[in-house]
Amino acid sequence: MDITDFFDTFFEEAEELLADMEQHLLELDVEDPDSEQLNAIFRAAHSIKGGAGTFGFTALQKTTHIFENLLDHARKGELALRADLVDTFLEAKDIMHDQLNAYRSEEEPDQEVFERICQTLQQIALEEIGEGLEAAEGAPIANATSSSSSSDTKAAPAKEAPVEEASGADDSSAASGDMLNVTLINVDEKDRILLVEELEQLGDVKSHSGDESRYEVILQGNTSADDIEAVMCFIIEPEQVEITAIEGEAPTPAQEPPQAPEQATAQEETPAKAAEPAPKAEKKPEKKPEKKAEKPKTKKAAAESSSIRVSVDKVDQIINLVGELIITQSMLDQTVSDLEDANSSLQNGMSLLQRNARDLQESVMSIRMIPMEFVFSRFPRVVRDTAGKLGKEIELVTEGKSTELDKSLVERITDPLTHLVRNSLDHGVEMPDKREALGKPRTGKLILSARHQGGNILIEVKDDGAGMDRERLLAKARENGLNVSDTMSDEDVWQLIFAPGFSLAKEVTDVSGRGVGMDVVKRNIQGMGGRVEIQSKKGEGTNTRIVLPLTLAILDGMSIKVGAETFILPLSAVLESLQPAKEDMYAMAGDDVVLKVRDEYLPVIAIHEVLDVENAITDPTKSIAVIVQGEGRRYAMLVDELIGQQQVVVKNLEDNYRKVPGISAATILGDGSVSLILDITGLHRLSRAKKASGKPVSQQNPTYFKEAEPS
Amino acid sequence: MSQANNDAVLAAAEEDNCEFLVFSLGDEEYAIDILKVQEIRGYENVTRIANAPDFIKGVTNLRGVIVPIVDLRIKFHLDSVEYGGQTVVIVVNVADRIVGIVVDGVSDVMTLTPDQIKPAPEFGVTLSSDFLSGLGSLEDRMLVLVDIDKLLTSEEMALVDSTSNR
Repeated sequence: MDITDFFDTFFEEAEELLADMEQHLLELDVEDPDSEQLNAIFRAAHSIKGGAGTFGFTALQKTTHIFENLLDHARKGELALRADLVDTFLEAKDIMHDQLNAYRSEEEPDQEVFERICQTLQQIALEEIGEGLEAAEGAPIANATSSSSSSDTKAAPAKEAPVEEASGADDSSAASGDMLNVTLINVDEKDRILLVEELEQLGDVKSHSGDESRYEVILQGNTSADDIEAVMCFIIEPEQVEITAIEGEAPTPAQEPPQAPEQATAQEETPAKAAEPAPKAEKKPEKKPEKKAEKPKTKKAAAESSSIRVSVDKVDQIINLVGELIITQSMLDQTVSDLEDANSSLQNGMSLLQRNARDLQESVMSIRMIPMEFVFSRFPRVVRDTAGKLGKEIELVTEGKSTELDKSLVERITDPLTHLVRNSLDHGVEMPDKREALGKPRTGKLILSARHQGGNILIEVKDDGAGMDRERLLAKARENGLNVSDTMSDEDVWQLIFAPGFSLAKEVTDVSGRGVGMDVVKRNIQGMGGRVEIQSKKGEGTNTRIVLPLTLAILDGMSIKVGAETFILPLSAVLESLQPAKEDMYAMAGDDVVLKVRDEYLPVIAIHEVLDVENAITDPTKSIAVIVQGEGRRYAMLVDELIGQQQVVVKNLEDNYRKVPGISAATILGDGSVSLILDITGLHRLSRAKKASGKPVSQQNPTYFKEAEPS
Repeated sequence: MSQANNDAVLAAAEEDNCEFLVFSLGDEEYAIDILKVQEIRGYENVTRIANAPDFIKGVTNLRGVIVPIVDLRIKFHLDSVEYGGQTVVIVVNVADRIVGIVVDGVSDVMTLTPDQIKPAPEFGVTLSSDFLSGLGSLEDRMLVLVDIDKLLTSEEMALVDSTSNR
């Protein structure tokens, strides 16, 4: 097997480790760092370094190495953490992530960035600890090709200077550490060298010898057996490592004589250590490392066994088939209920089938659902960076992380949400001093929440900032030539910020203020079949609410009839329906007709005209007007009959055909026939285009040919 | 010529042979490459699409997939276009799309050798020879071999978005 086969595993693990690292860095309290967290960050860096070394990702290895050294000082309390250091650490993490991505796409990472970050990190080491890490630069990369050369290079620095490299730093404090015997079973030479190098990073390698089937390394250091195993597991399987504490007062010499001659250097150094207090004689049970491997490792193993990766295509195929099953089932149901002499056992069977089919559909749909945590987890970083840039103090609270949402929606909601969060931070939350003056806590609060509401998911971005200024919005809108009036409802005024090119920021900043964002946000969310609402109170804050359907694959629809044809209207767009009275219909210039509904004049769209439906009711007063809303505007849609509400499975028309004006998608009805889902704004455009051209669009086709009607 | 030799010649010829599905539109016989054909079904339950060209009859549900239905009789300007029990839809698979075409009837499957396929003459405004792969001559019959790929993806069929932003 080729080593590249393991690349993917490494990339995935490293990605998770980096994510862990970021999370810990963000949670880190600089005043009083939690040593557990520092250790976790250190371990993550170290594990990545190990893997990077194994696979020959030099830049990544060097970066993580220097980073790791700094972290090592930090966890020992030699390096006082400050917020700006954490920022640098985060930057380093980002760079490592970039490097990882570069390696993943089989490119070399950006050399310039790499050098810069190395320099920055070393600078920190120099300034903060007064200790150069320059030695570290070369040491880890010394890619030993033979075991003897590796032992030479490694043993020498350990003897001479404690600062020489990572293990050097460890040495000083690890001098009194436990003596561990690490036994490698069935590990080939190449891996052995790497592992010994690894161990040298963890502690002081007293000796190493043996052959492929059993290779023993004596290690002195403070590192726990768990840590050692966690590091080694990047290269070999847990079963291949045995770690035992070495007993007794005469530790190394007793062990060493039988070992290879190349251990001379190591032996030389033992007398120096002999003066040290004898390592604890405590014997660690041999089983321990196996049972209690490093936490993330066990967690990962558990995750592996309880989940599988499946391509979305496969899942979609299953969803499709289940949809078909449901349709077939309702067809059968119809047939059975039409039967004259109802057989009770047949009916029982049918209702059982119905229940099972629905359950099956629900479970299958849930496969596509993933928790909002996937979206929310990136925000601590966004908030931190943005707040830092703006000089604001902000506390982020996330609620409802486990709320589940369709995968395709999760991917598409991230960008709009990021934009809203940045907006809240930039325009919403005030500067700390101003907040204090206003009697608010210095730290602003931003709440991100997600929860289910009916068949929808409600995502809120709430801040306790300045809120929006109605007067200023109106003034700005007039300035921009938008049509506004002082009597507009608050809700409508807030919606103004979604107008293209509308920005309240006095100056364009790094963060926001170009006025391109909000209309894109709105369009994206509408593209997902959702809507955005804003609630705001001056001085108290703004709450932006995004209402999204749970999935794109299923739509709550209202079926309507025009002539002999059935169409589906998205239920979310339907406001009400009424029977238009003659006196409420007003003809406007030309063919336009408006319908007066409670002091509002709504453009009338007659479906039978727009879609050329034959045998439909043409007298508006005999038809039904459905008041619908699309892209913030309301229309009165004339239909013959309302049939009812139903959930429909959305099918794409463009898969085998093309985009049809006025139609957003299609669905399959209970009888197996296809019904078209209407697109409200598209219909309005179509209706205008038709009226403008003065004749039905279809007649523009020059080869119009008389056709017989289907029988 | 030995028997073995003969077989080899036949086998070689067979490799170049194409199988065609022959269908009728009015009195004319057409044929398409059988490998493009997915299935043949009856004409039923077609949902009209407004503002589409008249030869696009609409869409139908083919086991959960929405498939457009094209009536070639209208496209080819035949005089009598009737829908009855004999009307069939040939479901073809072209350019990663599934399209149903309405024809008057499917007669048989034929194997044509390369020398039976004559180049199509330049003719016709309704059916440009661009969409023909040739004419098949079979004793007293003549088959119009339609290049269904080209025909269905052509702009005038309006089946595919001209801006291919799929």
